Amino acid sequence: MTEFPRTPPRFSHTFSRDANAEIRRAAATGIYDIRGGGSKRHLPHFDDLLFLGASISRYPLEGYRERCATDVWLGTRHAKAPIHLDIPVTIAGMSFGALSGPAKEALGRGATAAGTSTTTGDGGMTEEERGHSKTLVYQYLPSRYGMNPDDLRRADAIEIVVGQGAKPGGGGMLLGQKISDRVAEMRNLPKGIDQRSACRHPDWTGPDDLEIKILELREITDWQKPIYVKVGGARPYYDTALAVKAGADVVVVDGMQGGTAATQDVFIENVGMPTLACIPQAVKALQDLGMHREVQLIVSGGIRTGADVAKALALGADAVSIGTAAMIALGDNDPKWEAEYNALGTTAGAYDDWHEGRDPAGITTQDPVLAARFDPVLGGRRLQNYLKVMTLEAQTIARACGKSHLHNLEPEDLVALTVEAAAMAGVPLAGTDWIPGRGK
Amino acid sequence: MLHSPVADAAVRTFDLEKEGLRALNAALHALRPGTNETRWEVVNTKGSHAIAAGVDAPVTITVNGTTGYYCAGMNKQATIRVTGSAGPGVAENMMSGTVVVEGDASQYAGATGRGGLLVIKGNASSRCGISMKGISIVVHGSIGHMSAFMAQSGSLVVLGDAGEALGDSLYEARLFVRGKVKSLGADCVEKEVRPEHLELLEDLLRRGEADGKARPEEFRRYGSARKLYTFNIDNAGAY
Repeated sequence: MTEFPRTPPRFSHTFSRDANAEIRRAAATGIYDIRGGGSKRHLPHFDDLLFLGASISRYPLEGYRERCATDVWLGTRHAKAPIHLDIPVTIAGMSFGALSGPAKEALGRGATAAGTSTTTGDGGMTEEERGHSKTLVYQYLPSRYGMNPDDLRRADAIEIVVGQGAKPGGGGMLLGQKISDRVAEMRNLPKGIDQRSACRHPDWTGPDDLEIKILELREITDWQKPIYVKVGGARPYYDTALAVKAGADVVVVDGMQGGTAATQDVFIENVGMPTLACIPQAVKALQDLGMHREVQLIVSGGIRTGADVAKALALGADAVSIGTAAMIALGDNDPKWEAEYNALGTTAGAYDDWHEGRDPAGITTQDPVLAARFDPVLGGRRLQNYLKVMTLEAQTIARACGKSHLHNLEPEDLVALTVEAAAMAGVPLAGTDWIPGRGK
Repeated sequence: MLHSPVADAAVRTFDLEKEGLRALNAALHALRPGTNETRWEVVNTKGSHAIAAGVDAPVTITVNGTTGYYCAGMNKQATIRVTGSAGPGVAENMMSGTVVVEGDASQYAGATGRGGLLVIKGNASSRCGISMKGISIVVHGSIGHMSAFMAQSGSLVVLGDAGEALGDSLYEARLFVRGKVKSLGADCVEKEVRPEHLELLEDLLRRGEADGKARPEEFRRYGSARKLYTFNIDNAGAY
């Protein structure tokens, strides 16, 4: 008999190993997959952009001798007490409940030492965070857990959360494992239940109502506090324009790489737009209204390095916000806990079951034994270091482009490596003068 | 009955049209404990928003007229009486004190309220007591649909009827309705009225200026079936 070559086993791109595993998991459990973090897809991102740097037509600044400023004002439009930060990298909202008390303290310590702000979350304001944060942004969320006028007045700014990048159109979620006595008391919920927050605010709908809600918050706080409006990356042009119309001082746009403490994986991976696609639309809305730099834009979702900061600012943002990266700086997903990640069926770098409250690093947990592993002083120092490195990196790039302030970076400093990134960012494909969609 | 801590204090009348909202709220926020300016009257309200929002003093404020959104928002300590009807979100997130609306209230009355007493002498629209967290609400008339949605704690007393989907996704708030309930929301069920509930009703009816209008025994109680407290795929049809 003649032996013919056999077709080697061939796997389907459509029915991939991951897709099939999810089908089997769903069939076995009868529940959708819940996890933390942001989109894990490969997406067009800041990695697809490059700076051109200096040349004959642009001269650079001396790296160690010429100043490149990094400060930013937020809330200059209406607030009597706008915020002035030393660096344009802020800490995004993460709740006490999702994170432990010591982890919130560390965020406050690190942010304060680095000259920036931190932000509360869906669980209200804790003393750990207020006490250790020079500048604290207080989130105003649909759930209104712990909301009260005293905390509004002792906040440095108020962030009305309409949505977040991981789940535009979805509400918060904190599963029973993390509803400890203290979390339950702060949220006025029975201990141990699965908390699923509302996705819409209870007492306003639409931009006209939002304008009145902002008026009320300004009246309660005597027009002192900057008011941010945070939206998920859904329709950034219109959302930004409507937030400006409603009276926001600052607009926060969070792309789909932005993390969440917990939500459905199907939501994280299939709803919303990449951060890169959101920035030019938000900036255009501000420019069309003549409000660019009058109303500040904060961008979040997948910021990791000073290069990402510089690229976001070059595209027109005033500041960026980090959540996932801050957690990694604190020690989340550190390989030193590999054996314990393995015991949870995962590996360092891929751990995202934050909702289960069993975080080996002691950050995304309410378990006192695990939380005790985390040192808030050391964590704060690590975050401070990381923020300083990001700032130095962004300054390095800005000086190379001849800019004496990070805010002087501009789209003209950028080119794109891919057609997709060129189209989304509105900068030319490298080596061409072609911006897809701009008619050249 | 409602009364001022200093019964004979002079009434300070504030013309909202002439002096403006900012001046009103700034004056009210400047009040300190022990102030002798304990009686306030606001006139020419003309449906303005955020009237007497964020007050934190044991004073009595009479709002003469009809209000826009968020009158008495986040109130602490004050007794605020609206002689007309109130727009959306009256007494939203109230912490303590008393708010009385002589007329009707629009949607989201008492939303997310954490304490104090809200009395609506007329009817309340949809989503009355939405996400309430400890407030007591007494409605002399009827309430609209989706009232007490995701209500966490506190008491809602309705002398009239309730609209569709009362108490949807309810947590531990107590709902008492004297009239008909058009339908109950997901996870909301009728529960036994026990002696402690009759006591609670008697107190709320008295403080809600409704003791001559209804008796505690006339109410039915509704609360959470607690089936949706932890997710179970077999209950997904409830959503």
